[in-house]
Amino acid sequence: MRLTDEEQAMRAGALGEPRRWAIEHQIAVGEFFDAADLVPVSQAHIMADTESLGETGVAFLENLAAMPEAERRVRVPTLTDPRGLDFQTYKRLGQTEAMAALEARAIAALKAFGVLMTDTCINYQTIMPPTSGEHLAMGDTGVVIYSNSVFGARSNFEGGPSALAAALTGRTPRYGYHLDECRRATRRFRLTTQPRELSEWGALGGIVGRASGSYWEVPLIAGIDEAPGSDALKHFGAAMASYGSTALFHMPGVTPEATEFAGAAAETVPIGRAELDAFVAAYGATGDRVDIVVFAAPHLSLVEMAAVAAALDGRRVHADTTVLVATSPEIKHAADRMGLTRRIEEAGAIVAAGICFYQSYAGELAEANGWKRLLTNSAKLVNIIGGYGYRPTLASLERCVDSAVAGRIV
Amino acid sequence: MPIVLRCHKGLGPTVTGTALVARDNFSARYDLDRKAGVFSRPTHALAGQSYAGQILVLDTAKGGVATAWMLRDMQTRGVVPLALVFNRVNPILAQGAAFGAVTMVDRFDGDVTDLIHTGDRLRIDPACGIVEILNRDP
Repeated sequence: MRLTDEEQAMRAGALGEPRRWAIEHQIAVGEFFDAADLVPVSQAHIMADTESLGETGVAFLENLAAMPEAERRVRVPTLTDPRGLDFQTYKRLGQTEAMAALEARAIAALKAFGVLMTDTCINYQTIMPPTSGEHLAMGDTGVVIYSNSVFGARSNFEGGPSALAAALTGRTPRYGYHLDECRRATRRFRLTTQPRELSEWGALGGIVGRASGSYWEVPLIAGIDEAPGSDALKHFGAAMASYGSTALFHMPGVTPEATEFAGAAAETVPIGRAELDAFVAAYGATGDRVDIVVFAAPHLSLVEMAAVAAALDGRRVHADTTVLVATSPEIKHAADRMGLTRRIEEAGAIVAAGICFYQSYAGELAEANGWKRLLTNSAKLVNIIGGYGYRPTLASLERCVDSAVAGRIV
Repeated sequence: MPIVLRCHKGLGPTVTGTALVARDNFSARYDLDRKAGVFSRPTHALAGQSYAGQILVLDTAKGGVATAWMLRDMQTRGVVPLALVFNRVNPILAQGAAFGAVTMVDRFDGDVTDLIHTGDRLRIDPACGIVEILNRDP
């Protein structure tokens, strides 16, 4: 890889150990992907929940965070993805004091780098939407696919260590979705039906992602009647990234690069009502009891919070069912101020800020609370959560709420 | 004389071990019980099987960024695959292998999940981009 004088100085340790570690990590990854050089980034976003970090990862952060301040401060605005634990709700959820202690250590270390603790996977809706052509180091697959596809920004999936490295050097290896040649559509799909609700947008994303099947495939989805809203594209992209490891999609008439990078895929795969219904039915379990209903993954927008509040108004969650609603700290504050949190919690649901369920010790929560049957309107979540021992079902927001009240899947 | 497979230059140290092969994908978060060291996702082709100390030979990576942190934690606790051999990885697996010092290679001529069989003895040299199947002749 070509390195500038400053990058060589970082590598030699002249700018301190944190930046030396960071650029060595980036060179190793960059050479693996044949990157020619490093590209400056304007934002980084770190996934650093303690369940993933473990004791090892937290100790790693603490070691770097103990270096002199001038050596450890991040060089570009750096945000965080959801955390493992919300100190306001962890006891109600059955999380332990040991988890809380590890979380506190991780937060202290991240703050020492100068990281902004946004704790959210919807920073593109709530903090700083990317701009077209902006190079980023985003650390959540849903954030990457939305930033690349809807805004035309340029980011690879940057796992926690790599996002931290980008924050410390202000750069990232130039490979993958930083390059024009990787952004051309390689698969073509055509809708013969329209998704009717957010869970179906997620299902559609899941179908496209599963069919695409690789980080290096770029699907183009034609046949959209009306421009979807931000929440629809959020669920669509997050599910596609989860099922397919997909990082970029094009949607003619909706996304900015659909013409420039239309590609030349020969075959067009139709997706109709039967495919959408079959996807949802694969997770079906009508009549079964429901232990936990989750609204999260991605974090809820203020509009989704209002929809949950409206669906729960004047009703009561069944005594044997837990309802968890997870959003960003910013949206939680807004929901508090507007009375949405109160309305949701008066029905017996829990509103958590800055966590996202599957990043929050989901396996331990299942054991502590006896949870097995999970209901959600997030296609991304039903894909992830099976490995943690849950049996998930996908349904609309309204059906999720009706089921939570009934205590069984209606 | 071993069968020699060539691939892209990889990450991590040279290792020798036994292959566990499946035509399926991989995410440490989605697929593993990282305490017990087994594949826990019921629909995974290797569900219930132990991965600790094995050379995993799989197709590609699934969504999710957590594997980038998890491989190092798994390495430290000693419940980690000996190496990862894939047709094509995504950035997260590469970043996780680089961060966790786990041996990993990808980009072969042909489908590596066909070329290598479960139980094969493999020697992986990431710096040279070579995987040798020690127990079979060309």
